[in-house]
Amino acid sequence: MKFLSLLFFWLVCAVCEFTATGRAYGHGFAGARFFPAPLSTDDPFVADEFSLPTVSSTVTPDNGGTRDTEISSDIALRITPKWDIEFGESFIILNTSQGKATNGFSNLSIGSKYEFFESDEHETVVSLGLGVDVGGTGGRSVGADSFSTWAPGLFFGKGFGDLPSELRFLKPFAVTGQLGVAIPTSASTRTITVNDQTGERDIEIEQHPDVLEWGFALEYSVIYLQSQVQDMHLPAPIDRLIPLVEFAMETPLNRGPLGPTTGTINPGIIWSGKYFQVGAEAVIPINEHTGNDVGFIAQLHFYLDDLFPHSIGRPLFGGNK
Amino acid sequence: MKGIIRLLIFVVGLAKLEAHAFLERAEPAVGTTVQQSPSEVQIRFTENIEPAVSSIQVFDPSGKEVDKRDLHLDRSDHALLHISLPQLGVRTYKVVWRVVSVDTHVTKGSFTFRIVP
Repeated sequence: MKFLSLLFFWLVCAVCEFTATGRAYGHGFAGARFFPAPLSTDDPFVADEFSLPTVSSTVTPDNGGTRDTEISSDIALRITPKWDIEFGESFIILNTSQGKATNGFSNLSIGSKYEFFESDEHETVVSLGLGVDVGGTGGRSVGADSFSTWAPGLFFGKGFGDLPSELRFLKPFAVTGQLGVAIPTSASTRTITVNDQTGERDIEIEQHPDVLEWGFALEYSVIYLQSQVQDMHLPAPIDRLIPLVEFAMETPLNRGPLGPTTGTINPGIIWSGKYFQVGAEAVIPINEHTGNDVGFIAQLHFYLDDLFPHSIGRPLFGGNK
Repeated sequence: MKGIIRLLIFVVGLAKLEAHAFLERAEPAVGTTVQQSPSEVQIRFTENIEPAVSSIQVFDPSGKEVDKRDLHLDRSDHALLHISLPQLGVRTYKVVWRVVSVDTHVTKGSFTFRIVP
């Protein structure tokens, strides 16, 4: 049934694609605006891109403080100029404060995104996406769920290049963001443990609420400043930098007492070259329910449409715009 | 880690290295102020350009195109485009460009320059 839903989404995308008349440029462009791929939130662009690796390290409040180190990879490939399919996987290493360490793979994530609105003049892009964490494909020891979680979402990007010329030094600003709901296919999990000495059974029920996933990235593109606003004669590599701050938040919506919003604020910087970008951010928890220590995330991200413009870096159908 | 580095070398080795064309530098420079009417606008891009399907236009503040519509590629540098200008008055001009790099990727942009007495 779930795969039928995904198939239906793709069919809708295909119908929209064949009736669409707009243009897509791939690789995070809207008019004169180039948007880099943010590290902690998803962007609205349909593109051929490959992240390897994304490395992050944070400390979660679980078990009195657990260091969560993840090495991830994601790939997105365009089916048509406005529709892509995405796959992601992580290797997770957990070190508890008691010294216990476990590791394993996360659940496989599969997603698809369709870009249904683009305005070159206003440097705006909006897309719809649907993702699924496939339950049971990851290691239980690192917390991978045995059930799948579906996550439909809306993604947007807006450059400020249409500001009046009096505010020209604000034109390099842009924002990308996402708003979606993660919907677990299991409302709760029941765990039964038996005390070896007394034989007593302890039943623990963990609720799995629907979660509102929201976040955005605010960025200032030196590339845009140099090429669209004012040539400041900045030397390399400064002329290709994009400082940004990301806000990645989660708010439980139902099932039991509602927990607080958790999330992180991630200031950092991206350097974007011809064929790849590298980025790094600090990961600052917004409250004690998220964590108490500052972590980090770093990523190497390849632009497949520039590396392989005549093979995997172009859409399967619909040409290479 | 060595495996990842080998994989990256393999990937980049397989790649046909072409890319989106970004504006690298322009003359008159982006957002600059000049005291004499320039004889042409030059834009150098980060990639070689297909001139037949690319364009540069220069507009005055009323939106009238003022360039000589003779866009051409530099003879020795295929990433450098030229377009000639007539004698221009003291005003702010907008340069609008749209280029196709040799791997068919499209990029576009605009900038202004100002002529002062």
